[in-house]
Amino acid sequence: MSYTGRFRVWRGDTDGGALQDFEVEVNEGEVVLDVLHRLQATQTPDLAVRWNCKAGKCGSCSAEIDGRPRLLCMTRMSVFGTDDVVTVTPMRTFPVIRDLVTDVSYNYAKAREVPSFTPPADLAPGEYRMQQIDVERSQEFRKCIECFLCQDTCHVVRDHEENKEAFAGPRFLMRVAELEMHPLDVADRVPAAQEEHGLGRCNITKCCTEVCPEGIKITDNALIPMKERVADRKYDPLVWLGRTISRRR
Amino acid sequence: MTTSARGVDAPGRAQIDARTLRADRWWLPPAATTAGLLVFLVYGGVRAFQQQYFFADERYLTPFYSPCVSLGCASEPGAAHFGMFLPDHPLIPYAALSLPFLLLFRLTCYYYRKAYYRSFWLSPAACAVPEPHATYTGETRFPLILQNSHRYFFYLAAVIALINTYDAVLAFRHPADGFVVGVGNLVLLVNVVLLWAYTVSCHSCRHVMGGRLTHFSKHPVRYRIWTWVSGLNTRHMFFAWITLGTLILTDLYVMLVARGTIVDLRIIG
Repeated sequence: MSYTGRFRVWRGDTDGGALQDFEVEVNEGEVVLDVLHRLQATQTPDLAVRWNCKAGKCGSCSAEIDGRPRLLCMTRMSVFGTDDVVTVTPMRTFPVIRDLVTDVSYNYAKAREVPSFTPPADLAPGEYRMQQIDVERSQEFRKCIECFLCQDTCHVVRDHEENKEAFAGPRFLMRVAELEMHPLDVADRVPAAQEEHGLGRCNITKCCTEVCPEGIKITDNALIPMKERVADRKYDPLVWLGRTISRRR
Repeated sequence: MTTSARGVDAPGRAQIDARTLRADRWWLPPAATTAGLLVFLVYGGVRAFQQQYFFADERYLTPFYSPCVSLGCASEPGAAHFGMFLPDHPLIPYAALSLPFLLLFRLTCYYYRKAYYRSFWLSPAACAVPEPHATYTGETRFPLILQNSHRYFFYLAAVIALINTYDAVLAFRHPADGFVVGVGNLVLLVNVVLLWAYTVSCHSCRHVMGGRLTHFSKHPVRYRIWTWVSGLNTRHMFFAWITLGTLILTDLYVMLVARGTIVDLRIIG
C-alpha cells in the first residue's frame, strides 16, 4: 500500500531554521529514513541527514520523531496513521550543524575522560582469563551502538546546558560501570564516577533506558549499581568499617 | 544565559519554537502516579492517626498498626506483641516505631524516586519534555544526597516485614477457638508475601546480595541469590504499586471487620 505521507522536517543551521511541510510518497514496509531519502531524491537534494548502516547498528541516524529521540532507520512508518503528520527534528541536546545533523562532539570529549581498560600489571595481552559469569554484566553494556539517544534524552544536559561540563551522561556512566564490573579491570573507578563524571546528578528517571534502541537496562544495571557502589564507599560507615578491619587483617 | 535561553533553547541548538513536539498523552503517567500516591498518602495518614479499628476478631492486626507499641494499644488486648511503651497521644501513631521507616524506605526507593521526581517535581515529567526548573544539581546536595541512605531503610524494612510475617502467622490462632483460617488470614498472608516481594526486589538488596561483587565465580551462592533477586528486581515497580494496594485493602478489611461492618468468613475452625 502506498500513500502520500505528510512530514514536517526541521531545516536550518546555527543561524536559525524552521519546520517545513512536505508531502512524500510512503510505501509499505518503509522506515522514516526511507522517506527522508525519497525527500532528498525528489524535493530537497540538499537535506542534511546523517546515516550509515540502515540496520540500527551504526547509531548514526539519531534524531527526534514527533518529539521523541529515535533512530530514523528503526522507526517504521507503519506505527503512524496515514493521516498523521510526522515531525522530524535534529537531536535537541546537541548543537545543530545543519538540518537533521548535530555536532555530537560533547560525547567524544566525555568518552576521552574515562580511563581505558586497565588490566593487572602482571598479565600480558593473551594471558587474560575470565569466567563467563564474571564478564556477562559488562557484556550487556557492550551492546551500545553509541547513537547517543540516551545522552539526548537525559534531562540533566538536555534541560541544563551548564551541566555538560560536570556530567558525563548515561552512556559514559555506563562505560564506567562496564569497566568497574569487569573482572580484569583493576582501576578504582568509583570515586571518579561521583566526583568527575557526575553520577550524583542522575536522578534515575529512566529516560535513557526508555530510548535505548538496543534495549540495554542502563538505569537498573549500570547507573543504580554504580550509585550503590558509591554509597558503599562514601555514605555507608558500616561498609567503610568492614573494609578497614579486613584491610588490617 | 537568560531564562528563555535555557535547555533546548540554549545557543547553538536547533531553534524550534515548541519546547516539546511530543503529541502523545505524555502527561498521563505522571498524572496517574500523582493521583495514586496521593490516595495512599491520604488514606495512610488518616488511618495511622485514627487509633481505632486496627484489631479484629481478636487476631487480625492491620499492618498500619504493627507493631502496636503505644500505651493506647491496651484498648485492644492481644494487639500488642512487643510491649506497650510509647505515650498514648493523638499525634503519635500506635506503630510509630515502624511507619516512619517504612515511609522513608519507600521515599528513598529507586522506583519511587523516579515516580515522584517525574510526577511531583516534573524533573522531567516525561522523556524529552522540558522540566520547569532553572537549575538542577540532582542528588548531589542536601537534602537529596540523603537518598544514599536507602540501604539502611531496606535493612529496617526487612525487620518490619518479619514482624508483619509474625502478625500474619499469629492471626491463625484465635484465643478461644484455637487454629482457625478465615478470609482475613488469606488477606494478611497475600499482603505479607507481596511486602516481602517488594522488599527483597529492592535495588539495595540486589547490591547487598551480590551486586557489589566483581567475581561472581568466587561466590556461587551469592551469585545464585543475586540472580534470583535480579529477576524479582525487574518487577520492582509492579511490587511497589501492588503493595500500596494490598496495604490499603488489608487495612480496610481489618477495619471493616473491627467495626462490625462485615463479618470475617471462617474457612476452617
